Amino acid sequence: MDLSFSDEQNMLRDSAERFVADNCGVENLRTVRDTEDGFSRDYWKQFAELGWLHLPFSEEQGGLGGTPVDTMVLMESFGKGLVMEPYFSTIMLAGGVLRQLDECALIEPIMEGNLLMSVAYAEPQSRYDLFDVTTTATKSGDGWTLNGHKSVVLHGETADKLIVSARTSGDRRDESGISLFIVDGNAPGVERRGYPTVDGSRAAEIILENVSVDADALIGVEGEGHALLEKATDEAITALCAEAVGAMKVLVDTTVEYCKTRQQFGQPISQFQVLRHRMADMMMEYEQAKSLALVAALKVHSDDPVEARKAVSGAKVQIGKSGKFVGQQAVQLHGGMGMTDELSVGHYFKRLTMIDVLLGNTDHHLKRFSNAA
Amino acid sequence: MNLEFDGEELAFQTEVREWVGSNLPEDIRDGVMNGTGIVKEQTIRWQKILHDKGWIAPSWPKEYGGTEWTAAQKYIFANELAAAGAPALNPFGLTMCGPVIYTFGNEEQKAEHLPGILNSDVWWCQGYSEPGSGSDLASLKMAAISDGDDYIVNGSKIWTSGAHIADWIFCLVRTSTEGKRQEGISFLLIPMDLPGIEVSRITMIDGGHHVNQVFFTDVRVPKANRIGEENKGWTYAKFLLVNERNGIAQIGGKKRQLARLNKLAKATGMEGETLADSRTYQEKMAHAEIALNALEYTELRYLAGQQSAFAPGSEASGLKIKATELQQSMSELFLEMAAYYSLPYNGFRDMDGVNEPPIGMPEFTGGNEDFLYGRAATIYGGSNEIQKDVMAKILLSM
Ligand SMILES: Cc1cc2nc3c(=O)[nH]c(=O)nc-3n(C[C@H](O)[C@H](O)[C@H](O)COP(=O)(O)OP(=O)(O)OC[C@H]3O[C@@H](n4cnc5c(N)ncnc54)[C@H](O)[C@@H]3O)c2cc1C
Repeated sequence: MDLSFSDEQNMLRDSAERFVADNCGVENLRTVRDTEDGFSRDYWKQFAELGWLHLPFSEEQGGLGGTPVDTMVLMESFGKGLVMEPYFSTIMLAGGVLRQLDECALIEPIMEGNLLMSVAYAEPQSRYDLFDVTTTATKSGDGWTLNGHKSVVLHGETADKLIVSARTSGDRRDESGISLFIVDGNAPGVERRGYPTVDGSRAAEIILENVSVDADALIGVEGEGHALLEKATDEAITALCAEAVGAMKVLVDTTVEYCKTRQQFGQPISQFQVLRHRMADMMMEYEQAKSLALVAALKVHSDDPVEARKAVSGAKVQIGKSGKFVGQQAVQLHGGMGMTDELSVGHYFKRLTMIDVLLGNTDHHLKRFSNAA
Repeated sequence: MNLEFDGEELAFQTEVREWVGSNLPEDIRDGVMNGTGIVKEQTIRWQKILHDKGWIAPSWPKEYGGTEWTAAQKYIFANELAAAGAPALNPFGLTMCGPVIYTFGNEEQKAEHLPGILNSDVWWCQGYSEPGSGSDLASLKMAAISDGDDYIVNGSKIWTSGAHIADWIFCLVRTSTEGKRQEGISFLLIPMDLPGIEVSRITMIDGGHHVNQVFFTDVRVPKANRIGEENKGWTYAKFLLVNERNGIAQIGGKKRQLARLNKLAKATGMEGETLADSRTYQEKMAHAEIALNALEYTELRYLAGQQSAFAPGSEASGLKIKATELQQSMSELFLEMAAYYSLPYNGFRDMDGVNEPPIGMPEFTGGNEDFLYGRAATIYGGSNEIQKDVMAKILLSM
């Protein structure tokens, strides 16, 4: 056993933290959240130049062959800086699906920063169940015709291409019979309605109405898309957990710093025992979350599917609980200031609230964990 | 002892229910019931309807426009209004400043201000907190320096709810820096249109404009606007704080919230059925309902015992803590139920002038704003940490 980071990982952390400290954070969030894209394309180019877009792709695919722990290091830094760029949707979600294919021409342009993607997995009725799919793909000629409603697709409006889960056979909640299709964002019949999300990022409702795609738009094996999707989202969850850990770290530090300086009753409020204990609790929550995020990154690729699933869902549960406590208490201990759009605290709190929802909330993963064995 | 209403109380309940049913404007009811919210004009319209009926200030003494209802009647009234979808009243005049004026003000002040509060022609806001004085309110610094018949006021108030839509502000100001801090504070009524007053917006985490910082630069305020004696303002403020916590449990609104949660659960699909059929959510709803019952009957017990030797205000502290915790956990339940549809932000920012229907489930409308802004409930009106200190000190004599 060795729980120390490699030199490469430490260098990655240093460069990511430096970039984030210099360029991101709440100021940047305020600038980009009201733009149409909701992120900076210029930063995206820089991500490409820094090699971050190559990170989790294998060397055969032209990538850096990074492990989930490498991704964790990067995402933790992103969490510290409220990074707005679509790394999660393009590299983790879409990339996570594409990485599993034998061959994929899309990976190259993704890594070069020239192709943005997202995965449209959720539907209005599906909640967090990836297999709950009513969108249909029916054979027509050589290709397929897609119909359905995909909801809350992260950065769905700016994605050049989407990976859409659609039913090619079976019933609404069958795991088999789901296939994945590459759909052009601008294809005729694709209607995208973008909107801001609660954390200042962007998502879209996507309506597919008789969208025609070629035969080669189907990726993987027909009817077996669920397994691809689940593998990609499990890895993406470990990335989310790492991002949450970064955000929690900032909140713990910021709150401690604030309480040491804020004076009430003639003393720093950090002198009040109830607040000291609260901050100690926040610190412990952060540590528990960090531990299980690491376990998830180390075990997500385990050969034992039960072990992998329990590690991922266990981390998501811990992140949900810890993120809620740390986020809410950070606001509480800042008093009125914590409630403002001006301070960063509220933005980290909102991001943590959002992360609990993404790819299944605490309840969902508690159930998945207990059903895993 | 029994929990049943007697014949008179039942008759009163029917009277209130029928009256609200035929007098609450539809647009206002919809705004409340559907979570789209209501604006100042609607609150005023509703308050005027209540005023015409003589029901705008049930808790005020009869001579000033109150109703002399029993505790049971007030309870019935509040419940019926909330259940019918009536909005909360603006508290700054009716439950805060008004009672201070009729209790400690002189005849001129009563004649000048009480009618405007009762008929909603005058909108008030509360100027207590300052940048350096939140929980430690007695440290406040905004100075009112004597100058003949006037005070010259300098300083700033922060977190002032609704200052941007208010006509008057009631302020705590420092009139003396000698002796105990609490003994150099006065209670001053200030019209918002005086020269030297500037209101600056503070945007909150839900993107909304609820609160402000108000700057006072050489604002000349007649001493005639001071309530009671100079340097006695802290006494009046403490009276007001106790009053402010009356009805703080907001039972009626929470029952309405619970009903909305049930509606949302029924509208949400899960495992081929609805969320309302899921054991996890049934248990969560049961927890919320039990907590609400405990809160409701605690408030009722306190109301029944109001004439007894209870230390004023300290029991309200416990109600405030439990009520705000429940409010927050219910708003979290909203988010949990909506799942991915708790993410689209349909609120204030970006949406000005946008005329599209909100994204997601209509049953969830307003859920994000409630959740986010609701975090403030454990901070304002005396934070929950401070309330526990009050309880320990007064209720537990520690
Ligand atoms: C949405 C909103 C609306 C408001 N509206 C108004 C208004 O209309 N008018 C008005 O005058 N004010 C208003 N306030 C101000 C509110 O009353 C203050 O925010 C509150 O008193 C807390 O003060 P503070 O924000 O300075 O926090 P601080 O007093 O700095 O407190 C920060 C944290 O320290 C804790 N703390 C402080 N002292 C102690 C202690 N001794 N022991 C343990 N913990 C302690 C607090 O509980 C809090 O968690 C509003 C506030 C908000 C958020």
